[in-house]
Amino acid sequence: VSVQALGTTLEERAERALGDEPLRKAVRFTVDRLRSGKQQGVEAIGHFEELRELGRQIRKHTITNLDYYLERFAAQATARGVQLHFARDAAEATAHALRIVAQKHARTVVKSKSMLSEEIHLNDALAAAGVDCVETDLGEWIVQLAGETPSHIILPAIHKTRAQVQTLFEAEGKVALSPDTATLAAHARRRLRERFATAEVGITGCNFAVAETGSVVVFTNEGNGRMVTCLPDTHIVMMGMERIVPSWDELEVMAQLLPRSATGQKLTTYLNVLSGPRRTGELDGAREMHVIVVDNGRSAQLGDPEFEDILNCIRCGACLNVCPVYRQIGGHAYGTAYSGPIGAVLTPLLLRDKPSAELAQASTLCGACTEACPVKIPLHDMLVSLRVRSVAAGDAPRSESIAFRLFAWVFGSSGRLALASRLARALQRFAQRTGLARMALRRAPFARLLKHRELPKPAARTFRDAWAEEQHRRRDV
Amino acid sequence: MDSGARVKVSLFITCMADQLVPAVGLSTVRLLQQQGCEVAFPALQTCCGQPAWNSGHAHEARRVGSTLLDAFADAQYVVAPSGSCAGMVRQHFEAMFADAPRQAAAARELAAKIHDFSQFMVNVLGVRSLPGSFPHRVTFHPSCHGMRLLGMREEPVTLLRAIPDLQLVPLPLAEDCCGFGGTFSIKLASLATKIVDEKIDHVVSTGAHYLVGTDLGCILNIAGRMQRRGLDIEALHLAELLDRAVQAGEGAHA
Repeated sequence: VSVQALGTTLEERAERALGDEPLRKAVRFTVDRLRSGKQQGVEAIGHFEELRELGRQIRKHTITNLDYYLERFAAQATARGVQLHFARDAAEATAHALRIVAQKHARTVVKSKSMLSEEIHLNDALAAAGVDCVETDLGEWIVQLAGETPSHIILPAIHKTRAQVQTLFEAEGKVALSPDTATLAAHARRRLRERFATAEVGITGCNFAVAETGSVVVFTNEGNGRMVTCLPDTHIVMMGMERIVPSWDELEVMAQLLPRSATGQKLTTYLNVLSGPRRTGELDGAREMHVIVVDNGRSAQLGDPEFEDILNCIRCGACLNVCPVYRQIGGHAYGTAYSGPIGAVLTPLLLRDKPSAELAQASTLCGACTEACPVKIPLHDMLVSLRVRSVAAGDAPRSESIAFRLFAWVFGSSGRLALASRLARALQRFAQRTGLARMALRRAPFARLLKHRELPKPAARTFRDAWAEEQHRRRDV
Repeated sequence: MDSGARVKVSLFITCMADQLVPAVGLSTVRLLQQQGCEVAFPALQTCCGQPAWNSGHAHEARRVGSTLLDAFADAQYVVAPSGSCAGMVRQHFEAMFADAPRQAAAARELAAKIHDFSQFMVNVLGVRSLPGSFPHRVTFHPSCHGMRLLGMREEPVTLLRAIPDLQLVPLPLAEDCCGFGGTFSIKLASLATKIVDEKIDHVVSTGAHYLVGTDLGCILNIAGRMQRRGLDIEALHLAELLDRAVQAGEGAHA
C-alpha cells in the first residue's frame, strides 16, 4: 500500500485538511505546547548542542557500520533466547508476524505504539486474518477507534479534540462519559486492562536495539508498553533494521536526546529494556520473544551520499512540530505513516514511486526541520535532492520544465535579461492601456499566487538600467 | 575596519530587487557609500539560480548561477540585500558546480567573500549607530534563509537598534516561515496563504505600522497578502527603512 492507494494528490489532501478547522486548531495548540516544552528542556540541560553533535556522530558511526552492529545484535539476542526473523519488505514482515500469531492460536493481540507497524500496515493484515488487534497507547487507541491512522510520530491523535475522543469512547464502551480528561483516561485504562489480561500475543516497536547485549529498548509514557511485554505469553518486536546503538553508553545519549526533542521531558516515563524472554526463576515477562528486523527500503539508502543520513532518524517528531506546512494541515494530508518533513523525505525514499515523490513538494524549504533535528539530518537539503531526482526522472510537470528552461535562457545572460525586462515592461504598459493585463495575469503560470495576493507593481526601470543611466550621467558631467 | 583604504564592495543586486524593487538596491548603495565604501555593480550578474535549484532543475540553476562566478571573479567583497541569495551562494554553490572543477573553485571563492547586507554592515564595517530618525512602531520578521543558512539573528536587530527613536516590538513566533517558498506558493497556493495569514495575524497583534525584513521574497509575499486583506501596514526591506531613517535624520539636521 502506498500513497497511490489514496487516489488523491497532495494538494487535494491539503485542501481537505485546510477545511477542517477543529483539526487545524488542535494541531496548532499541541505543537505549540511541544515546542515550548522542548525549548524549556533544551535550556534546562545547558549543553544540548554538544549532545546533538554527539547524537549525530553516534548515529552516523552506527549506520556506517550497520552490518557489523546488526550481526552483533543478532548474535547477542539469539544467545539470550530471542527468535530472530529478517524481512526484506512489508509483505515478509507481516507474514512473519501472522505466522507467529497463528502458531500461538492467538485471537487477541495487544500492541504498544510502533510506527513501523503503521508503515507496513500490520493492523490491516491482522484484521484480515481475523485477529482482534488492540492498540493500547491512548492516542493510538483513539485513532484506531476512529478508523484512522496516526497523524503524528509521537502523538497519534494530535488532531483530535477532547469532545471527539468522548464521542469515540462512548460509542465503544456503550456508556455515557463526562468530557474531562481524567474520566476519559480512566475509561480507557479500564477497557484496555481487560484486553491486556486476555491477549495471547503482545506486539511492540523498538526505539533502540543495543548491539552489545542484544537488548530491545522501548520508550513509553503510559506504561502500556510494560503490560504488552509482560502479560501475554508471546512478545513480537517490530524493529527497523537501522534502530541499532552500539552499546549502553550510546543509549544514554539517545535516551536524553529523544524525549527532550520530542516533548522536552528529561526521560520518558517508562524505559523498558527487554533482553530475551523470561528465564527460569524469573517471575514475569513473555515466555517467547520474537524480533522481526525489517528492511523495507532502508538498505537501499546505505552508501547513498545524499540520503544515507535519513537512516539516522530517531523518530522524535521534532521536525513535525516546527514545520510550517505540518502546522497547517496535520499528518493525514501526507497520506502515509510518516508525516511532516521526515515523512516528506523518508516516504519517497522507501517507496520510490511517483505518487510519493510528490511529498517532497510539501515544504517551503525554510530549514526549521534541519535546525530542530536532534541528530542534524539535513532534511531541507534532502528535499531539494529529491526534487532534483524527480526532475531527472522526467516527472516534473511540462509547464514547469518549460518555465525553467525559459528562465535559464533569459537569466543565463545579462544582455538577454536587460532586453527581456525592457520588452516585458513595454508589453505590460501596452496591456494595461488595452485592458489585456488582467486577462494575461489570469493565464500566467503564477496566476495561482495572485488569487490571494496583490502583485508588486514593478518599478518603471530596473536597477541595472537606473545604475547604467546614473553612470552615464556622471560621465557626461 | 582599517580606516585608510576605502572598502571596495561589489553589489549583487539579486533578481527580485533588480526587476521588482530597485529602490532596495539604491538604498543599499547609499548606505554603503555613507559608510565610506566604494560600490561597484558588475553588470554581468543576473541571479543566483535559486528558483530553479530549489525546484530540482539543477542544469538551469547552474546556467543562471554561473553569471555570478563571471561577474564577481575580481571582487573584494560581494554584498547582497538578501540572506536567501547570499545563503544560496555560501551554502550550495560549491555542490551545485561540483562536476566542473574550475567553476567549483570559483564558487568556493565567491562563497568566502559574499555577505548579506546586514552582516556586512555589522560584522565587517562594524556599524553600531546610525544618524537617523524613524519614530515608528516596527516589527521584524527574520527570514528563514538568513537565519538558518547564514546564522543571521542579531545583525538586523543591531541595525534597527542603531536608530535611536525607532520602537522595535517583538513578533510572536517570529522564526516561523512566511510560507513563500518560491514555487511552493504556486504549487500549494491555498496552503501558502494560510501560512502567510498566520504570520500576518502575528504582525497585526504587535500593533506595528511597519514590518521589516531582510529578503524580498518574504517581504513581497507578506506585503501582497496584507494589501489584499486591506491592512495599513507597510512592509519594507531593512535597507530601505534604514535609508529612509538616515534621510529623515539628515532633513532634521539641515
